[in-house]
Amino acid sequence: MSWERALEPFAFEFFRNGMVVATLAGALCGLIGVYVVLRGMSYIGHGLSHSIFGGAVASSVFGINVLAGAAIWGFASALMISGITRRRAIGGDAAIGVITTAAFAIGVALISVRRSFTQNFDALLFGNVLGVERGDIVVIALVSAGAVAVVFFGYRQLLFTTFDPEVAETSGVRTARVDALFSLVLAMSIIATMRILGVTLIAAALVLPPVVARMLTSSFARMLLISTAVGAGCGFVGMYASFQLDVASGASIVLTGAAVFGVVYAVTGASARRRLGHTHV
Amino acid sequence: MTGPLVRLDSVTHAFAGTPVLEAVSLAISPGEFVGVVGPSGSGKSTLLKVLAGALVPVAGTVTRTGSTRIGYVPQVETVNWDFPVTVREVVTMARTAGRWLPWSSAAERAEVATVLDRLGLGGLGRRHIRELSGGQQQRVFVARALLRGASLLLLDEPTSGVDVRTRHDVLHLLDDLHRDGLSIVLTTHDLNGIAAHLPRLVCLNRQVVADGAPGDVITPAVLERTYGARMEVISHAGMPVVFEGSRDHHDAPKGGGGDVIDLRSAR
Repeated sequence: MSWERALEPFAFEFFRNGMVVATLAGALCGLIGVYVVLRGMSYIGHGLSHSIFGGAVASSVFGINVLAGAAIWGFASALMISGITRRRAIGGDAAIGVITTAAFAIGVALISVRRSFTQNFDALLFGNVLGVERGDIVVIALVSAGAVAVVFFGYRQLLFTTFDPEVAETSGVRTARVDALFSLVLAMSIIATMRILGVTLIAAALVLPPVVARMLTSSFARMLLISTAVGAGCGFVGMYASFQLDVASGASIVLTGAAVFGVVYAVTGASARRRLGHTHV
Repeated sequence: MTGPLVRLDSVTHAFAGTPVLEAVSLAISPGEFVGVVGPSGSGKSTLLKVLAGALVPVAGTVTRTGSTRIGYVPQVETVNWDFPVTVREVVTMARTAGRWLPWSSAAERAEVATVLDRLGLGGLGRRHIRELSGGQQQRVFVARALLRGASLLLLDEPTSGVDVRTRHDVLHLLDDLHRDGLSIVLTTHDLNGIAAHLPRLVCLNRQVVADGAPGDVITPAVLERTYGARMEVISHAGMPVVFEGSRDHHDAPKGGGGDVIDLRSAR
């Protein structure tokens, strides 16, 4: 392929916007995904995205701003999951299953009652990165900046709370606040990336980069950096491949991540696989 | 006279309505080395968590003196050994509350190095926690508690699931720390190998069954009330030795026995 052909898509503004958004979304999911995977809540991305979809539908029905409604719905779901898990009444996976499917079911029920919508939810369901506008770039840039700030200034609190919540609490860390803040960042990250990746593929974007990073390092700080870089790289390459191969962008980004996982899994050998073997994916 | 570091008055705790601790009253004074024994499910770990402040009891009061800093060392079985953290990262967790920058200052790094050296972990800071021996792993969590400036160390079954040599290492370490002035409370299942050698022993089965010196507490009557099983106790070199059932049936001593450190002489 010639350079002209390779660089051709960058001549289009919609593609440049898509590349920026896909790269930012990949990096954001890679960063937040580290905590998701290490908390043994890999399913939360899948669950929360469904829950947020329910919130978006409900907001549309009641005439509320869809983004704001979805954000509140997602944050409330994440808080409930966190609260239930903290009380150990049921496990994290079961809490995710109960809360998010119920929130999604409310959306489905409202669709069945209303039957007609002025809003098109296809982009939320399947992702539409080529349809993003400057406003979407601003939203994901702001959410990414917020997530980086939370991870930077809350690095120690998040690490201790994720590794050993009970001892963290006795050591003066307000773990309930840390969990609530993380729930907010997670919900906002999913909302910001849903339009790019779609409800059905967002879980993979949260899980694949940290799993790849875990195979490459045993240090938490390095895992954060590698996972963010892998997520950004998969977003960039996946988006580009999507254009060149004429494949849906969300699927292309996730398949790029899966390919990276396969290569790293094959190359890093038994010791890396042993590290991964006990990670709660 | 100095008051207790922590005091429990009629503390009751329950999980999902099932009582785990009932009207437990206990005081831990400065310089004490206390063992808590009891069968599985007797509330030992819950008692430690209440002492540490990780659990708020449903009834009763917990009083800590203002200067008391508690270092809690969890059971090694509860640690996620696959979590991607190095020794240094775990120990530095002690410096979390009120810190807003991810990296350590030069002074902090020096403090971490000092505590690692003190516990024989110098040079292992960059290792992943799984790469250490059992005794070293236990020391990492003790190091974290010490870096916090703990005056009271709470250890949940520090010798559970470890070999004899590791148990020896851990007990030597605790003995040294106690001699340095640290107050210690630990839970254990090992009556002969550990509990009988501590200065003070609390027998727990949801309630405090007995509390005192091992010679006074380790008796057939107390053990039967604590464990619900008949045990025979003999005196050997001035220390009680527990046999499950009857010695006539060649039952093994309760716990490790034999290769032990006498912790009663400390302080």
